[in-house]
Amino acid sequence: MLLIRCPYCEEERPELEFRNAGEAHIARSADMAATSDDDFEKFFFIRSNPKGIIYERWRHMHGCARFFNAVRDTVSDRFLMTYKAGEPKPAKLPGAFE
Amino acid sequence: MIATFRIPGAGRLKQAETARFSFDGQSYAGVEGETLASALLANGVHLVGRSFKYHRPRGFLSAGAEEPNALVEIKRDSARRTPNVRATVQELYDGLTAQSQNRWPSLAFDVSALGDIASPLLSAGFYYKTFMWPKFAWKNFYEPRIRAAAGLGVAPDQPDPDHYSARFAHCDVLVLGGGAAGIAAALAAAETGVRVILADEQVDFGGSLRFESGAMIDGQDGFAWAQGAVATLRAMDNVRVLSRTTAFGYYAQNFVGLVERVSDHLQNLGRELPRERLWQVRAKRVVLATGAIERHMVFADNDRPGVMLASAARTYLNHFGVAVGRNVGVYTANDSAYAAAIDLKKAGIGVAAIVDLRDNPTGSVIDEARALGIEVNFGRAVIRAGGKLRVSSMTVQPKNGGGERTIPVDAILMSAGWTPSVHLFSQSRGKVAFNDETKRFVPGTYAQDCVSVGACNGTDGLSATIDEAYAAGAKAAKDAGVKNAGANVVKGTKPKVDASESWSRGMLGAAPGAGPDTTVKAFVDFQNDVTAKDIRQAVHEGMRSIEHVKRFTTNGMATDQGKTSNMHGLAIAAETLGKPIPQVGLTTFRAPYTPVTFGSIVGHARGPLFDPTRKTAIHPWAEAQGAVFEDVGQWKRAWYFPKAGEDMHAAVDRECVTVRKTAGLFDASTLGKIEVVGPDAAKFMELLYTNPWEKLEPGRCRYGIMLREDGFIYDDGVVGRLAADRFHVTTTTGGAPRVMNHMEDYLQTEFPHLNVWLTSTTEQWAVIAVQGPKSREIIAPLVEGIDMSDGALPHMSVREGRICGVPTRLFRMSFTGERGFEVNVPADYGQAVWEALWAEGQKHGACAYGTEAMHVLRAEKGYIIVGQDTDGTVTPGDAGLDWAVGKKKTDFVGIRGMARPDLVAKGRKQLVGLKTKDPKVVLEEGAQIVGDPKQAIPMTMIGHVTSSYWSENCGRSIALALVAGGRDRMGETLYVPMPNATIEVEVTGMVFFDDKGERLNG
Ligand SMILES: [Zn+2]
Repeated sequence: MLLIRCPYCEEERPELEFRNAGEAHIARSADMAATSDDDFEKFFFIRSNPKGIIYERWRHMHGCARFFNAVRDTVSDRFLMTYKAGEPKPAKLPGAFE
Repeated sequence: MIATFRIPGAGRLKQAETARFSFDGQSYAGVEGETLASALLANGVHLVGRSFKYHRPRGFLSAGAEEPNALVEIKRDSARRTPNVRATVQELYDGLTAQSQNRWPSLAFDVSALGDIASPLLSAGFYYKTFMWPKFAWKNFYEPRIRAAAGLGVAPDQPDPDHYSARFAHCDVLVLGGGAAGIAAALAAAETGVRVILADEQVDFGGSLRFESGAMIDGQDGFAWAQGAVATLRAMDNVRVLSRTTAFGYYAQNFVGLVERVSDHLQNLGRELPRERLWQVRAKRVVLATGAIERHMVFADNDRPGVMLASAARTYLNHFGVAVGRNVGVYTANDSAYAAAIDLKKAGIGVAAIVDLRDNPTGSVIDEARALGIEVNFGRAVIRAGGKLRVSSMTVQPKNGGGERTIPVDAILMSAGWTPSVHLFSQSRGKVAFNDETKRFVPGTYAQDCVSVGACNGTDGLSATIDEAYAAGAKAAKDAGVKNAGANVVKGTKPKVDASESWSRGMLGAAPGAGPDTTVKAFVDFQNDVTAKDIRQAVHEGMRSIEHVKRFTTNGMATDQGKTSNMHGLAIAAETLGKPIPQVGLTTFRAPYTPVTFGSIVGHARGPLFDPTRKTAIHPWAEAQGAVFEDVGQWKRAWYFPKAGEDMHAAVDRECVTVRKTAGLFDASTLGKIEVVGPDAAKFMELLYTNPWEKLEPGRCRYGIMLREDGFIYDDGVVGRLAADRFHVTTTTGGAPRVMNHMEDYLQTEFPHLNVWLTSTTEQWAVIAVQGPKSREIIAPLVEGIDMSDGALPHMSVREGRICGVPTRLFRMSFTGERGFEVNVPADYGQAVWEALWAEGQKHGACAYGTEAMHVLRAEKGYIIVGQDTDGTVTPGDAGLDWAVGKKKTDFVGIRGMARPDLVAKGRKQLVGLKTKDPKVVLEEGAQIVGDPKQAIPMTMIGHVTSSYWSENCGRSIALALVAGGRDRMGETLYVPMPNATIEVEVTGMVFFDDKGERLNG
């Protein structure tokens, strides 16, 4: 079971309290109805599924109930950092390793 | 009575009580505190089981958790039968009853042992080859026979009456393994005051100090030192000491699973003690002190009862005071077996000869053995063990060939060297490295905050082990970075080793006695009956990777997970492949280290505690009325209310007719409810639902549809606008949590600029639906402050007021097509208000109806149920709900998905009604629909039935179905092929009753 730090509670809590919510930083168009088929495909269907660093959304379901973003290494499952929803993708990752 | 093989003065069980026990119906006496294996050996019993594949007689290989052979069933009563218990681990208690497994009719005479003679048929890969032909025979012939003949113990067939508990624990330093290394590490860590947990799988701490007679620490015998040190640790508040506790799994971020065997060793279980306790420990640092496991020698018939590891024979003698024979032989490739021979000889047991595969080893143990008059042979191999149910001789030959000599023995002690136990290290995702000099895999690259010390780290010698472990324990405590020195911390000094034994090296793979001869059975893996020949054959048949060899031969795949066999199997494969060992690689170590009961994993989460049961406020009333309940998610819902003599159909027919004739009361409390509040509540609703909401007047309701971004229906429900800034949203019973999550997701991450609060109110409101022509007359006398006339409270409106003196949100709405109301009251008043409404209803002949009648009544009106008539691939258009999509809206979740080419294409499956040509025939839900019943199989299916009922109100069966191009097929005849007949149906509209909708105001 992983330990995840909730950026709102500012606490490391067991994975049981959280729920994964898919890839992060996929913006919903402000003009959704006018989105082209190709753009909608990219927005809705295509995910990066990397081996390595992934930016993903989590929800502190059984805690503060907030959605937030996390950077995780899919090889080691290690969380490099978490940050609040709406904050930009971090430019630099702490303790990143290959 | 002293059992025959108990040696007076030996062992550590002097004050123990006598324990009577039985094995295969025979009674024996043992000593409390010893293992079942020790007690059987004390009584001269070596034959305890039959092997998995060949049904060969088997005895004890080991004295610990690595035991592959001595698996027995422990039976306490008819429900408490535990199969595959290692007799080398099970502690004896008075009255213990054990049985051998995998034999028929008896242990000494097993018919299936013929498989031993027919064994050329059962060689490596036999599962893959032998049973493939003819194809049909697998299911009917081979599989049942294999399952009966093979397999280990028999699973119990009754519910487990014991209970299991679970604990979560956090600590700074978790020490796994309580031998000299683990104890030293724990002492060093504990002295700093940090929180320490020390766990060991054995009853007694000490690890190999249990049998090492030559170890002296701090001026005492090694085992006595260990007991003193553990007593010191136990007395410290910051230390938790767990014995009989196996660390079975090492997971991410230093999360370790351990099982503590709490009462398996007790005669009387009692209810107060759990059988086992699962510990889930999160540690800042982990110290692995898991020791090493001795390997056997691979030679012909090395599985005969009486052939065992040298360290096991030593444990039985030095710890339990039991001799494993009267005249033992020793076969070794390293020094540690000499120490066993010396201990046994000193205890008065005959040692016929030591056979050492090495050419000219030197050392003090060899000199000592000679000085005691033991015959020592160098450069020779044991090429065969004699005897069947018990070893009777060993045949010795110079290792490069020459004359054979057979020596009578009643036990053979063997040692090929020691394998570091890197199981937990490997589970932690650490990478092992091969040390070519010592021919062993040791921890290489670490993946987590842990450290290995002592034998599991390839550290030889007690002094070096304690130095390494003590330093590692202190460092782990420092790295944990905690300064909370406990009040009663005992400051100590590093334990000083005064005397120790040392043995390293050994051999890997098959000894000369494993022969190239294809009929020889030189076992590598005892539990899965894998021989040296099988491994070689696997390579000859083309297996190159050790993972393939493992699966082809099943080497290391049994419940012992190859603790004794992995390295030998690897070495034989490497030799046959002509490659160095590290190039062939080691198979992956997987959790659990030793088998874990389902009970300990499940803990208390079974029976009623497996999943929460949710009951409505009105549940007790329904129960008292004799309602039959159905499970809907976690909810118990009243399904129907049978009167005396009624079956389900009679009850449902009566309920359906009564609702339309007079009225019915229905408990709708399980509906999901979400309060959407705030200045931007209407804007938010516009975005989350397809419908327009801005212009809905307060006091009015609307049927809302929620889509996912892909344009498919996600949920539906009636929404009431209570005020400009307040909506009372209802969801499907099962959908409430995911709808709430969906709303929160959009509110928090996509539309955070909206000033809205969401609150789940599902359990705050009890909901009583009163439906039928008499519904208003039933409710009105109890209501205050609400004008209930059609003009003031029209269909699809909501008012707040009081009913029976308590607050209510009164909805005028209908899920039956009749004039209807849904009375929301605070849940605590639910049953009282229901009873008041029921009393009024009785005056009009109303009934209570359940979910089945609710389903029939809504289907008569063509109202859909999301999740039954839709399946996540149905658009509002498919469901005939285009009218509920706001045409002028520029955005809502799903607006773009709905417009995808496939979702607007012609020929999509659409919801329609179906009427069977024979009105008495009721279709099966899920049945497939075809256009031409005479076409060849497989037929082209054009849809399926989603809802189907007998409708007493219509006097016929009715059904809803998803059919390709359904709305263009009105009046068409389609077919539903069933196993016994093909049913003819006509495509119709979805409304079967009152298609003008006049009864809403009737
Ligand atoms: Zn939180």
